[in-house]
This record gives sequence, C-alpha cells and structure tokens, in this order.
Amino acid sequence: MKKTKIIDADSFRRTVNRLAHEVLERNKGAEDVAIVGIRTRGEFLARRLASKIEEIEGKSVQVGILDITLYRDDLRGRLDQPQLKSTEILFDVTGKIIVLVDDVLFTGRTIRAALNALTDLGRPALIELLVLVDRGHRELPIKADFIGKSVPTSSDQKIQVLMTEADREDAVYVEDVPEDGKEMTQ
Amino acid sequence: MKLRSRHLLGLEGVSKEEIAAILDTAVSFREILDRPIKKVPPLQGKTVVNLFFESSTRTRISFELAERRLSADVVSFTTAASSVSKGETLKDTARNIEAMKIDMVVIRHSSPGSAHFLSRVVDANVINAGDGGHEHPTQGLLDMYTLREKFGSLEGLRVCIVGDITHSRVARSNIYGLTTMGAEVSVCGPETLIPREIEKLGVKVFHRLEEVIPKVDVLNVLRIQLERQKSGLFPSLREYHRFFGVTKEKVARASTPITIMHPGPINRDVELSADLADSEHSVILRQVTNGVAIRMAVLYLLGTSTQ
Repeated sequence: MKKTKIIDADSFRRTVNRLAHEVLERNKGAEDVAIVGIRTRGEFLARRLASKIEEIEGKSVQVGILDITLYRDDLRGRLDQPQLKSTEILFDVTGKIIVLVDDVLFTGRTIRAALNALTDLGRPALIELLVLVDRGHRELPIKADFIGKSVPTSSDQKIQVLMTEADREDAVYVEDVPEDGKEMTQ
Repeated sequence: MKLRSRHLLGLEGVSKEEIAAILDTAVSFREILDRPIKKVPPLQGKTVVNLFFESSTRTRISFELAERRLSADVVSFTTAASSVSKGETLKDTARNIEAMKIDMVVIRHSSPGSAHFLSRVVDANVINAGDGGHEHPTQGLLDMYTLREKFGSLEGLRVCIVGDITHSRVARSNIYGLTTMGAEVSVCGPETLIPREIEKLGVKVFHRLEEVIPKVDVLNVLRIQLERQKSGLFPSLREYHRFFGVTKEKVARASTPITIMHPGPINRDVELSADLADSEHSVILRQVTNGVAIRMAVLYLLGTSTQ
C-alpha cells in the first residue's frame, strides 16, 4: 500500500492562510460572513479559517458545526450505523453569507446533504463552498468556490486529511487502496 | 453503536451501553426540536403504523410527532377495547400489517406481552408503547433522559417510584432501566399495590412516604387508577392522598431539594398536590418535551439499521 504526503504542515498553514484571504477578497471583508464546518475535519478547518480571518480583519466571525448524518443518502444501505452528533449553529443563517467548509470534495454527496441541512435552518443570502482538497469524481453538479489543492486521483485511491485537533500532524496523504479493501467514502 | 434487537419491547435485558446510546442520540434530536423547521429526512419512504388498542393522548401524539419529524409516512389506528377476544384481533391485525408492507409498528395494548407477540409474527420493527402492566420502555427512557439532563449522570442517583407499583408498566420500565444505569431505586406505596418479591429486581421497598423522602433525590409519582379503588385495593382517594399523596409539606422534609416527576395524566391533589406539580421542583413538562426526542431516537436507531 503506497502512501504519499501531498501537503505537509507548512504548506497546510499557507493553504489555510491563502483560503482565508480569498474568502475576504471575494466577499469584500467579513461583514455578514459566517463559517460552517461539516463534522469532523470540516469543523476544525472552519475554526482555523475563522481565527485567521479574525487575525486579518481584527473582528470575529461566527462559526457553526453541521452534522449531516440525518441527511445522508446512504443512511439505510450501511452496515455500520453512523454515530449521530449534534448540529451546533447558534446564530440565524438567514441573510448571512455562509462559507460551507469540508476537508475533501469527492462525489459531492456530502455537500448535497449539507446544503439540505443548511437550508432547513433558514435562508442564507449566499452559500459558498470551501474545501481543502478537491479530488474529482463528482456524481452531482457541485463545484467548490475556494479550493486548497486540486488533486487528480483514481477512484481506488484514498485521501487522508490529518489535523492536529484529532491527529498527530497537519498533513494530507494520498493512499493506494487495493481493490478488495476499497472503502466507501461520501 | 447499534442496538442488538430490531425491536424495542422493553428495557429488561437492554444493556447499559445501548441505553446510553439511545440517550446520546436523543440529545441530537432534542436540538432539532428547538429549530424553526423541526423536520429531518432520515425515515423518508418508511411507513409507520401506530396501533393504539388502548386510549392514550400523550404517548400517541408524541409518537406521531416523532415519526413525522423524521419524515416517515404515518398511519394511526385507535380503538377502544373490542369485544373480540384480544389474541384473535391482534393476530388478524398482524396479518393485515404484513400484507400492507409496513416498516415499523408502534403498539399500545392492554395485554402484557402483546408487543412481544407482534414482534414474533411480523417482519416490521416493533416498538412497545405500553403493554398492560408489563413495560412502557420509551417512558422509562424519557424519564432517564430528563434525569440525566438535570443531574448529569444516573450513577448513584436516588429515585423513589411512588404509587401503584403492581399495575404500573412505567414503574417496571423505570426499575429495569435505572438499575441498569447504576441508580439507586426504591418503591413506595400501600402494601396492596406493591408486588411481592419486587426486591428481586434490585429495589428497596417503603410503605411510608415520610420515611423515604429524606433518603432520595427524585420522586417519580405514578398516576393512581381510580378504578383500583373499586377493586378494594385502597379504601378511598382521600385516604390515599393522606398517606401517599406527595405534597409540599411532605417534600419540605427532604434533605436535598427534591425533583418531582409524573408520567401523566395527573390526578391533581390525589397522588400529587397541584401546587407541587406546577412548582420549580417539577420536571413534568420537560418529560413531555423530551419524550418526543427519545421517540425520535428510538425510531431513528431501529428504522435506519440494516439487519
């Protein structure tokens, strides 16, 4: 099993910095911007972006966490029941510019679920999508507004995003997974 | 975490981990109940039938709301006790359910064991919403949820169930659940309404409220069925109230501020005084709100697992 590091801790930090600047540039500042991360890695990424934006703009942005378990389209086909966690969005999303954050963009099904979950909470003025890695293989017409790194992959490869909040390091790996051990990731 | 059984028939034999998993899942659903749009899609395309052979307002509405908030299709069937022999009716009903391709059944019936019977004859997931004097597992779960919400943990919590223990499915589900979760459970009531050998379920027995109140954190007050008076199990409602009615004066003797629970509907000033039911000691309305979250959690866990 071959495993290659494609983003190390330094470039991870630079990428998050660049993404924060891009979000500010596109939205002409942080006014009305709120960042919503999809559990689990998206949440960590959202918090890092928020603190970077605060550092640049000198004012805080609201951060929310979205749990999309109830909106998954594969909820009933799975053998292992995914652990349901809470959505923690303590502000009204209506009228806000929501930057939806996830670690990896793959089939687009997670984002579809997140969009439904988010619009059930209110009517944002605008939703933008930010991902650390875009690995292709979309199964739905979904495209990210802000991309950390585009990584062309084959469908039997696996992208692993590690973040110090839960893991030993900040890094992104590409892993070759043998056919029979292939894992379904949304 | 996945439940071992594909039905929820009772809390007897349900493990500590499983109960904890249901309570944790309910926390997520409790948050949804505070949203402007209280609906989520996990049971889309599933059909749930509510079979209520016995009258019920709270439980039926609570289950219906839970089902609809999970986007299930819901059919409700209510009937007073039929003249047809009950076993026969239930078997017929079960056959009809099979034929209609229904995914989940919620059943309330006056005969103990009716939910077990149904689970043996249909393919659908069966949830017991009260079977005679046997069990009412979702009530037990929502009581535990409410206590955990208030006290943080059930371990070592001292809970006394007051009233007609013999005929109470709420008492039985609470005893099984709470003892599994490590709470210290006792029961209190007239000797005629406490089953012999109940100590074997791991509870202490008291016959005087004054004696038990200083020793507990929580009183779970059961509804006294007015019909029981006719069968001679206690002399009069007035006398019952005098000895076993929970009042502000009696509760004032507690060592710590006591929490009052009641599964409803309340006979005000019989088993529980009206002023106490509406006081800050009471978590009765919280129990009702939490009931919807607990039922959503059970429906979700059973309805989305593939077995």
